[in-house]
Amino acid sequence: MIRGRGVEKRYGRKRVLRGVDISVPRGGFAVVTGPNGSGKTTLLRLLAGLALPTRGDLLVDTDRSHIGYLAHEPLVYRELTAVENLDLYGRLYRIPERRERIGMLLERFSLWDARAERVATYSRGMTQRLALCRALLHEPDLLVLDEPYSALDEDGAALLDHELESLAGQQTLVVATHDPERMAALESSRLALA
Amino acid sequence: MTYVADVLALTRKDLRVELRGRDTLPAMLLFVLSTLVVFHFAIPDDAGDNAAYGLLWVAIVFTALLGLARAWVPEQEHGVLDGLVLAPCDRSAIWLGKTLATLVFLLAAQAVALPAFVLFFEPLDATAIAGVLLADIGICAVGSLLSAMAAASRARELLLPLLVLPLSIPLIVGGVGAAVSPDGERFLLFLVLYDAVFAVLSWASFEYVVTE
Repeated sequence: MIRGRGVEKRYGRKRVLRGVDISVPRGGFAVVTGPNGSGKTTLLRLLAGLALPTRGDLLVDTDRSHIGYLAHEPLVYRELTAVENLDLYGRLYRIPERRERIGMLLERFSLWDARAERVATYSRGMTQRLALCRALLHEPDLLVLDEPYSALDEDGAALLDHELESLAGQQTLVVATHDPERMAALESSRLALA
Repeated sequence: MTYVADVLALTRKDLRVELRGRDTLPAMLLFVLSTLVVFHFAIPDDAGDNAAYGLLWVAIVFTALLGLARAWVPEQEHGVLDGLVLAPCDRSAIWLGKTLATLVFLLAAQAVALPAFVLFFEPLDATAIAGVLLADIGICAVGSLLSAMAAASRARELLLPLLVLPLSIPLIVGGVGAAVSPDGERFLLFLVLYDAVFAVLSWASFEYVVTE
């Protein structure tokens, strides 16, 4: 699913990622760890197709309509409601029966009661749950998650644990985290960036 | 058809965001009206029609700049542009949706500004109004692309006018020419040509602006 050799990324003269090798088979669960500034987010942006490597080979064997990406930012409009945000993405991803899918995800992530409120009124935890809904909306083959537990309370974290357990083995997952032990039972490989 | 549906969905989203936030259009309306009022009192009565048409274009261009400066702000908040870029729609649809939304805001501002201009200064004939509409399309097409480029920079407020104003000069020449020249149709043709060339260039190059 993912094969990278000597992947390097520079922004101007600054080298953010240096000679990274990565291999994740279809259905694999890769955990990416490393201190702040080690290039975890940059690597995940490369995998999601938001950036191109400056040097090295990176092959992600799926097109962008089958990639789900959870970033540091939630990638949703503050002035729109949860339903309006997900409906926009649902249209762009051409999801059949998107209203049912949106309703199911909002229920699953306990956002149904707040579905008609603007995202600007959400707490950080609620916004992160909505971001997870957005990343999962089109049932991607490859799910790239950058610090998915950040801002989630215990209930939210438990929901995400449950979600990752159900996805592991079926979809390919790459998760960047500072808390790798939380996913130790699910991971199939680990990449430590220095 | 899916391309058109994507563009319409993105335009509708921009209009809805503006309707909720009211961040752009009220500022544009207030700016263009107050500019025309200031010009009305600032220029002497015997300054002539041509000076008034020139001032109308100053007001139009800077009102458009105001709208363009805020065009990508909703996408910058919460990093939404990455989400749109990841979606499997043609990336140029993102630019076209933004261009159409910005055009709607500019037309709304002019729906107030042009009657105010007629009230304060001179009547506008059909050729002059056609010149304004054609120039609007050019400003929004080029401006949406340049605004996306500037949005990625920390100095975007400074960068945007530096990028937009030089490329607006042909539009101002065409717009003023359409209003004051006895051969106004020739200037309209020039504006159509400008719009076509720069719309195609912006449409084709947007993808390279939003990928690293």
